[in-house]
Parts: sequence; C-alpha cells; structure tokens
Amino acid sequence: MEVSYYPGCSLEGVAREYGESVAAVSRILGIDLKELDDWTCCGAASAHATNDTLALALPARNLETADKMGLDLVVPCAACYSRLKHADKALRSGAQIEGVADGYKGDFSIKHFVDFIWEKIGEKAILEKVKKPLKGLKAVCYYGCLITRPPKITDAADTDNPEAMDNILQVLGAEVKNWSYKTDCCGAEHVLTMPEVAWRMIGKLFDMAEEAGAEAIAVACPMCQSNLDTHQREISAQAGKNYNVPVIYFTELMGLAFGAPEANKWFARHFVDPRPLLREKGLF
Amino acid sequence: MTVAKVPEKIVPKPSLRKKIEDLSRQKISACFQCEKCTNGCPVTFAMDVVPHRLMRFLQLGLLDEALHSDTIWVCASCETCSTRCPNDIDIAHVMDTLRQLAQREGIKTTQKNAPIFHSAFLSSLRRHGRVHEPEMAVVYTLKSGGLSGLRKQADTGLAMFKRGKIKLLPSRVKSRRQVKNIFKSTKR
Repeated sequence: MEVSYYPGCSLEGVAREYGESVAAVSRILGIDLKELDDWTCCGAASAHATNDTLALALPARNLETADKMGLDLVVPCAACYSRLKHADKALRSGAQIEGVADGYKGDFSIKHFVDFIWEKIGEKAILEKVKKPLKGLKAVCYYGCLITRPPKITDAADTDNPEAMDNILQVLGAEVKNWSYKTDCCGAEHVLTMPEVAWRMIGKLFDMAEEAGAEAIAVACPMCQSNLDTHQREISAQAGKNYNVPVIYFTELMGLAFGAPEANKWFARHFVDPRPLLREKGLF
Repeated sequence: MTVAKVPEKIVPKPSLRKKIEDLSRQKISACFQCEKCTNGCPVTFAMDVVPHRLMRFLQLGLLDEALHSDTIWVCASCETCSTRCPNDIDIAHVMDTLRQLAQREGIKTTQKNAPIFHSAFLSSLRRHGRVHEPEMAVVYTLKSGGLSGLRKQADTGLAMFKRGKIKLLPSRVKSRRQVKNIFKSTKR
C-alpha cells in the first residue's frame, strides 16, 4: 500500500528510534512510505502561539505537495498531525492561505500513524506478522493531547478514550491495562520553559500508570516519549519517589513482536532502557 | 508565580472585550462561567487566573490584566477546555491570541522563558526550513539561563548525544527561500 509520509523534525533527532521503527514496521507490513518531497516544519506550538497566519501557512505548503501526490498522508507525530489537520480544514473550507496556490483538491485523508495502522492495516494483517507475541507485558497506552483534541480538527470519535493503540497492542499479545489518563497532557514544551510544572504533570501519569498495574507506557508522539523518558531522575527527586518506567513507541513494540532485528538499536536510544523489563518477560 | 492584580473597582470596557473577540474570532461573551474549562485543565495548579476567571476578565475588558497573567504562558495548549466548552468557545485559541498580543506588544511577563522558547524555535525553523533541535535548545538555554543555564543542561545534551539523538548538522531544505517568504509575508 502506497501512502505519502510526513515525518516531522523530531524524527530526525530526539525521536530517531520512532522514525526508524516506523520505517521497519512499514517495510514488514508492506506499506510504501513516500516521503513528501522537501517537506518543511509544521511550526508546532511556537507558530500558533506567535501568529495565526504563520501557523496555517507553514503546514499548508506541505499539504500542497501532498495534494499533488494524491495519496493518503500518514503522520507519526501528534503535533505535526494537529497542525496539518488545522491547515487542511482551513483549505477545505476555502480559506486563502499565504503561499498556497488556489485549487486544493484535498483528494486524500490525513491520518496519525497509529490510527492508520489500526483502521487501514488492521488486526488480520498485523497478526500475520507477529512472530513473538508480547505475552506478559503489562502496559498502558498513552496518546497525549493532539491525536484526539480538538475533535473538530482531528475528527476523533472519542476524545477521552481512543482505542487504536490499545487494540494494536492487544493483537501483539500484550496485557493492556485500562486507565483514565490516556489523553492527559505531558506538559509539552514546559519541560524546557517551566520544568517543575511539567514534571508534576508527568509524575501524575507515572502514578496513574502504576495504579493501573502497568510496567511500561506505550506512546505515539515524540514529545510525549521524550518528556516522559528523559527526566525520570529529576521527576523522582521532585516527587520523592523512584520512577523507572520504560516509555516505548508502539511501533517499537510492533517491531519487537515482528522480530525486527533493529529493535536492539532502538531500545539503546532510551533513557530508561526497556530491555531489562523485556528480558525479564522473556521477550528480548 | 505572580498573582494578577484585579482593580478594586471594575468598570467594564466593552471595546476591549470586542477587541479580543475580533482577534480570536471567538464569542467570549457566551461564557456563562460553568467552570468546565477550569475543572478539566491539567495546569491550574500553576496558574494565577484559572481559565473561567480569565474568560470573565475578558468579558469585563480587563485585557491588560489578562496579558500580564502567568496563565497565558502556563497554558500547555492541551485543548481540553476547547473540547469541553458547552458554548463552543475555543479557549485554547483565545490563549494563543493573548500570547500573540503579549509578544507583539512586548508585555513584560514573569514567565519570560516561554516567549524566548518560541522565538528560538521559530528562528531555527526560519533559517533551515526545519527545526534543528540542538541549535534551538542551545539558543533557548543561553537566552533564558545564560552560560550557567547551559552548563546545567550539558549533562542532558551529552546523554542525548551518546544515544544518537543529536543530529549535528541541520537538514537544509531546498525550499528555504519559500519558508523565509512565508515568514516575511505573514509578519504583522
């Protein structure tokens, strides 16, 4: 299956293992990712906090490329997904956007990669590739804010209880725990601008994941992963606890269950190394 | 944290309410103070004016007080308030409008890190067409915390480097000029 692909800036850096595992999983499932030629940054939160027209024009120029390709567009980053959907809604409503020529056809859909995998690839195709079921791995799925909110932009059916990632992990054989914090906020860029505030938000997520009986947190957003994974020592010190929770991209877990040889390289990039837990479960 | 000053005697200023309603394209006067935004907000613990009160400020035209609040920077843009508002006010977007106005008018804020971050992010994007994370992080850290701030972050930077998470050279896209033009033509 051919799709167009917008990786976003962090998949070249902080979230390298996300980009690598998206590529590996796609290869195994027969998804042909056609990267948007010469794609540019979506502007993220900094553009919409600074200038409304800039915040639409930056993602829109990528949509112009996607429109010419006419293939469904998949996006692994929640923030990029949100900004591209904002611009897409505006273009579809006939808005004039700086730098974008008239004649947007919009003959394609935009999906976050987790929704794409569940809705377009589905249970049967995933199950066919599972070589090593993730038996005994207790995890919660954490979606963060922008995959589902606001629904007028994301078209999410349920903003508080998305299920795509839960379903995928279940098919992989993991023991998926239910919890009420699937779409709570990780603090976003506050981890740099007001770290104590972000750390308190993240600590709450760890407490709730633990209460749900999870030993790992599965994610589908580079910012969520980085925020939860990088600062567990500082968050522990602030909260007077001892957090040591692996935070793993759902695509890494898919790759692991599919027997992708690169999984070791991905896990080595984490701050909290998931390999001891995976070894303990006999999964690695 | 600063606590936003509320004047003892409030004289409503409809023109200022109208100004922020026009800029945000949101009908703030529709807010009936149900407090759903505040109750769902994950960052109220760090705010000086909780979201439903900020809406009340704006209804009364207390725009200057709103622009000086910590709240507009503490808001993490999680969009929970906008999703839940029964009057369909995009509160998160109103927060954006206030941040935009505060940046344009050079409002002095105690939360000075947030605007520094946005400017570091956008200048890296403008320069390369994509954000070069290490450059953005160094510029932000230097401008917000000086050399001692940079020293404090050095360990995290080194740990990231060891994990292969730092891309040394920026990706310089071919359409850099178009991106620069977008910045130029959308500047207000």
